[in-house]
Amino acid sequence: MAEQGRIELDLSETATEAVLRLSGVLSVRTVSPLRDRLSALNFDRPLVVDLASVERIDTAGAWLLAELEARATANGASLALRNAGDTTMQLLDNVRQARPQREERPPAPRGVRALLDQTGRAVVGTAGYFADLTGFLGLFLARLARLLRHPSQFRLTALVAHCEDVGLRAVPIVALMSFLIGVVLAFQGSEQLRQFGAEVFVVDLIAISVLRELGILLTAIIVAGRTASAFTAAIGSMKMREEIDAMRTLGLDPAVMLFVPRILALLLMLPILGLIADFMGLFGGALMAWLELGISPSMFVTRLIEGTGVGHLFVGLVKAPAFALIIGVVGCHAGMQVKGNAESLGRMTSGAVVAAIFAVILADALFSVFFAKVGI
Amino acid sequence: MSGAVTPAEREAVIRVRGLKNQFGNHVVHEDLDLDVYRGEILGVVGGSGTGKSVLLRTITGLQTPAAGEIEVFGVDVLARGAGRDSLDDRWGVMFQDGALFSSLTVRENIEVPMKAVPGLAPDIRRELADLKISMVGLPYLAGDLYPSELSGGMRKRAGLARALALDPEIVFLDEPTAGLDPIGAAAFDTLIRNLSQSLGLTVFLVTHDLDTLYAICDRIAVLSERRVLVTGSLDDMLEVDDPWVREYFHGPRARAAFADSEAGRGD
Repeated sequence: MAEQGRIELDLSETATEAVLRLSGVLSVRTVSPLRDRLSALNFDRPLVVDLASVERIDTAGAWLLAELEARATANGASLALRNAGDTTMQLLDNVRQARPQREERPPAPRGVRALLDQTGRAVVGTAGYFADLTGFLGLFLARLARLLRHPSQFRLTALVAHCEDVGLRAVPIVALMSFLIGVVLAFQGSEQLRQFGAEVFVVDLIAISVLRELGILLTAIIVAGRTASAFTAAIGSMKMREEIDAMRTLGLDPAVMLFVPRILALLLMLPILGLIADFMGLFGGALMAWLELGISPSMFVTRLIEGTGVGHLFVGLVKAPAFALIIGVVGCHAGMQVKGNAESLGRMTSGAVVAAIFAVILADALFSVFFAKVGI
Repeated sequence: MSGAVTPAEREAVIRVRGLKNQFGNHVVHEDLDLDVYRGEILGVVGGSGTGKSVLLRTITGLQTPAAGEIEVFGVDVLARGAGRDSLDDRWGVMFQDGALFSSLTVRENIEVPMKAVPGLAPDIRRELADLKISMVGLPYLAGDLYPSELSGGMRKRAGLARALALDPEIVFLDEPTAGLDPIGAAAFDTLIRNLSQSLGLTVFLVTHDLDTLYAICDRIAVLSERRVLVTGSLDDMLEVDDPWVREYFHGPRARAAFADSEAGRGD
């Protein structure tokens, strides 16, 4: 097959000219060895390339001839082609015309300056990101206030649909996760507390840690993973296909149409999910305490009511709206940052999840410090 | 343009017989026959939804048909094995939006097929990629850009450059001029014509662009009623007695394009 072609060359020099006879296939498969063998050529007299026995020549072959020609010209010699067919000449013409004019790119800065430059840009970028998020939160609140004054513009159907998506569909995973967390806490706690004969305090341990921290925090993390990515992907793909621009030209406000129903759904659903998580966590803990420590369910409930104030539940659930706002704003904002290609959609989606989870944990830490200071 | 050679004397590089394509209950092609001859530029036209792109995908083996046989260079596309694999070097496909690999620069995209060539030195590969970039009319610095940084027309050109990287014998072009401005589209037509002549390319071209049909296609195949209704030169098309074909080639846009190309020939 011609594809596996080979190339032979034969150089004969006379006093007035050098004749290079090529035979075989001059193609992308043979151009590499041929160039190596031609590199020794010195252009001290006119060069004639005879193509009579070349079976086939492709762009790569023509490129090599054009390069040879350029080298000959640069060395003050001339190059002539002999026995070249019409198509070869046309191909060679095309290649000659297309020979790229090398352009230098402006050099990239290096060293300390580049490092400072990058650091500065990163800092400004991060600050800008937080400013953007705040702006987005403001936009949401402003639109929400406007909708309170003009309830007819409110999209109830969208809100219900998002509530189902964000809330109802997340119930199984949230319930299972917090049940298991309750089980783990009871199991680990009983191991430690048994050494002091203080098994019964496992109830307090479970109740306080689940109600105050773990129930809502882990729910928020799961929702951040599930919902922030879904918001970014949905809004991002609308942005990509210019649906958002189409909305604007039709006089529809994307904030009202897209952001408010989504973030509001999260605001309504996250406390409910948190409550379910609290309940399931206590249930898992009670089950394990019963099996492992012999604390009967009725004793667990009595101890729970006596030992743990309802304030712990309040402290946990009061964080839910804040987490919901963070997740919703980060997810919607990332969706609006998607550019016109699928790559940026993927990057923004994973970025939104990471940012939302990080922000939720950061907010939780701030809440902890705040509650400790005010002594709740 | 088609020359004096009659189709019977020419070598059919693509042979499609009795092709049937079906999506669920929706039959796209039924009993479709098509020949593409070496060195010609075949334009495939048809209304939206007549399965032009599906035909292209079927011939290149991206879509398995429900029935029928497809041979390219006498090799059964639907079979597996070494013979089928050798086809990958001998054809190139330009997809509608270029289908460049988004994580690679334009130059790296064009180098991808070249990396399969044994013994090709990396610096030559780079030079050849630069040459292809310039041959399809992209500026030199475009080689360093990523596909997302290119305009639609540039992506098409880069896609063509990648399809042509190994000088294949057949190129499949899916709507090469769609979405280009008239100047860019005309330049693309000239480019395809030039490359086809100088490289002896066979071109299978799916298009809606009447100017492209008039300017560069040797033969036209009309897809309608789930099969290739008619093939032939432009002059043949003007005489076909089918409502859709008449509408297509006698419509106001067709007349304008035809007038242009007549004027062009007169020069």
